[in-house]
Amino acid sequence: MSIANLAPSSESEIAELVTSETERVHIAGGQSRLLATEKKIISTSALNGIVEYEPGALTMVAKAGTPLSLIKETLQKERQQLAFEPPEFKHILMLPGNSTIGGVFATNASGSRRIQVGAARDHLLGVRFVDGLGRIIKNGGRVMKNVTGYDLVKLLAGSWGTLGLITEVSFKVLPISETQLTLKLNLCDARILTTAINTPYDISGTFYDIGLKSAYIRVEGFDESVKYRVQQLLAEFSDFEIDILNMEQSKKFWKNVNNLDFLKNITGDLWRISVKPTDGIKIIEILDPKVGFLDWCGGLVWIRIDEGCDVRGKIQKLAGHAMCLLGDFDQFHPSSVIEKKLSASIRNKFDPKMLFNQEILN
Amino acid sequence: MYLTDPDPNILAKKMELVDKLLSFLPSDAVIYDPRETLAYECDALSAYRCPPMVAVLPRTTEEVANIVKLCWELDVPVVPRGSGTSLAGGALPTGDSLVLGVARMNETLEVDYSNRLMRVQTGRTNLSVTGEVESDGFFYAPDPSSQLACAISGNIAMNSGGAHCLKYGVTSNNLLGVKMVTMQGEILDLGGAQLDASGYDLLGVICGSEGQLGIVTEATLRILRKPEGALPVLIGYNDSEVAGQCVSDIIKAGVLPVAIEFMDRPCIRATDAFSQAGYPDCEALLIIEVEGSELEIEEQLAKIIVIANKHNPVELRRAKNTDEANRIWLGRKSAFGAMGQINDYMCLDGTIPVSKLPFVLKRISEMSKEFGLDVGNVFHAGDGNMHPLILYDANKPGDLEVCEAFGAEILKLCVEVGGCLTGEHGVGIEKRDLMHIQYSADDLEAQMSIKDVFDPKWLLNPTKVFPLDASVKRREGASQETAA
Repeated sequence: MSIANLAPSSESEIAELVTSETERVHIAGGQSRLLATEKKIISTSALNGIVEYEPGALTMVAKAGTPLSLIKETLQKERQQLAFEPPEFKHILMLPGNSTIGGVFATNASGSRRIQVGAARDHLLGVRFVDGLGRIIKNGGRVMKNVTGYDLVKLLAGSWGTLGLITEVSFKVLPISETQLTLKLNLCDARILTTAINTPYDISGTFYDIGLKSAYIRVEGFDESVKYRVQQLLAEFSDFEIDILNMEQSKKFWKNVNNLDFLKNITGDLWRISVKPTDGIKIIEILDPKVGFLDWCGGLVWIRIDEGCDVRGKIQKLAGHAMCLLGDFDQFHPSSVIEKKLSASIRNKFDPKMLFNQEILN
Repeated sequence: MYLTDPDPNILAKKMELVDKLLSFLPSDAVIYDPRETLAYECDALSAYRCPPMVAVLPRTTEEVANIVKLCWELDVPVVPRGSGTSLAGGALPTGDSLVLGVARMNETLEVDYSNRLMRVQTGRTNLSVTGEVESDGFFYAPDPSSQLACAISGNIAMNSGGAHCLKYGVTSNNLLGVKMVTMQGEILDLGGAQLDASGYDLLGVICGSEGQLGIVTEATLRILRKPEGALPVLIGYNDSEVAGQCVSDIIKAGVLPVAIEFMDRPCIRATDAFSQAGYPDCEALLIIEVEGSELEIEEQLAKIIVIANKHNPVELRRAKNTDEANRIWLGRKSAFGAMGQINDYMCLDGTIPVSKLPFVLKRISEMSKEFGLDVGNVFHAGDGNMHPLILYDANKPGDLEVCEAFGAEILKLCVEVGGCLTGEHGVGIEKRDLMHIQYSADDLEAQMSIKDVFDPKWLLNPTKVFPLDASVKRREGASQETAA
């Protein structure tokens, strides 16, 4: 398949392209989360660079095609970070591309710290985008509090390039904590995650390995504070055998979690299921997958399961949704009838010609 | 400000509407006597008043659905109302509208600590939500100043913030799901106990849509375990630029306080006279609060104090216990009341990048002289959310107009330096005609097209948020259909 790759470098160029376009196009960031679904690609690769960074205001503005790695390096120099820990899909999906900041927000990619600081969408402060009519639209801004008009920022976050081509994002950043430790509780019940998050000790990550029956609980902050909270948690969970992962080990562990390393080298379909946290373990019981892991206190379930297993059919009595990342099913979970109707109308307002990423969320 | 005239075609349908409402609502839930509808003539933007044609007080989502369906059929505009505490006129009726108040919908439907959530009907007040779970050590984080009175429905409509959102975020970040009724009477559930959406984040769009996309009757709210304790430190400086630098240095050092409040000299003087909080008479006062165990508070305050001392404060007072903490907060919490003691005031809430603080404060003080009206500043400094309080005399002809013109200039300035018109109060009627300053015609068109989807006849709170000249075709389109 021949691929026509367009890489416009300005909003007006994109607007011109879109206005005259009649063929379906795929909007691509780094293609590290999703392969192109169309022959024609508009890439954000020429929209590259950090526009503004104010460490004292905890805000950054960057063009959509800026590599995530550059964003992270720049923040690191000021001991700051994207607190929502965007996960990487490229390793597990074996995609060659590299994540861009626009792609992170367009897919609302949120990692383990979701339970403490919120999702990518909660950190996105402003967007600029070109819609399917070639209109250059901005929404939100670069300040932390902004309720001026409708929040299209949230709408664009997680819209997977179906409403427009995001050209620039502004977002909130947070300090990197001085230190972190992770408690590993051996041979425990998954419900331990709930007990942990409901202590006053400001837990920043909870993970459970179904096979090993081990829970991982992360604590971050200033040195003395982390020591104190770990002591409190050790007392709270004194019935269990507990290992403590030091800062290096802890960082490595959570990096593996957010790279989905624990799901690699296992065959079978790959599913990501988002449910009420206490339903996470029920999902595992119903599906009995080859491997299963719980993040987000149980609210995010990752499994590898026999090929062709109708995951959605089996868990439909539980509220939530399932995304198929590897397997012969639609990637996106179907919406309710009324949500579908509203979403289709919104899409029609922004992209009436259905130019963008037609196969996605459709 | 121009208030739209009532449509005589709609007014003519008043008794038809009332009769039909009474066919399925108890008589005490339908208010149409002009002496009684007066109770709904304004919200906290009390300079503007207009009683609605009818007010209704349903108790269930189904009743809400039946009411709006009827209004949809009769083309009657609907103005949703929580507790009526909007500072932006978000709940201000038009003369031909039906006010739909959710005040009687105040049940707690579910408290689920395991999933850290609670589900309430949206007529509940903000503070009562925390009250419900406090004894079990939990709280609901968004804490607008009006939290004693304001309803969750209004918090969702305006995406309300509060003093502690530097750490905990605003309503949108703490709202997991809603049950809402669209203008066509469809009942819709968005979000829920799970932590993300499968398709478009419609929940995120509903939050902050100022009652223009639907009527939210139930909300699933994130509740959090309360920290072990919290204590503030008060720091006074003789230069607002230095105070601004201190805030920036604290944030850069990696300390993330739950609140950083800032008051300028006019505000310090007024609140101290009013509350006897014992504040130093200086140019800028910071109140910085941190949370955690005793040891954690100690650790964070120590870091803050080291930074603060580098900037030579005129006073640094650290609370050692709850009593001292309350004394420090006393003045700040009574700031609005204190300013109100001096005169009528208008409270703005533009947000600016934190680095522009000294420049904006200087310009506001210059403009204060130009317009001849005093202004005090008290605001959330950590996130740049300003609250200039402009003093005026409501009984002096022309003073309100001067005050509004001054306010508009301040908000223009906020946008010019890279900020926005409103950080937490919302646009309402107050700032709708200033939207052009921040947004282009295409930007506004994009937002209005969302309303077209949810409310094709533009019947829900139609005269708010968007400049009247930008929304006129859509609003009149609806009434022309009626005439036809």
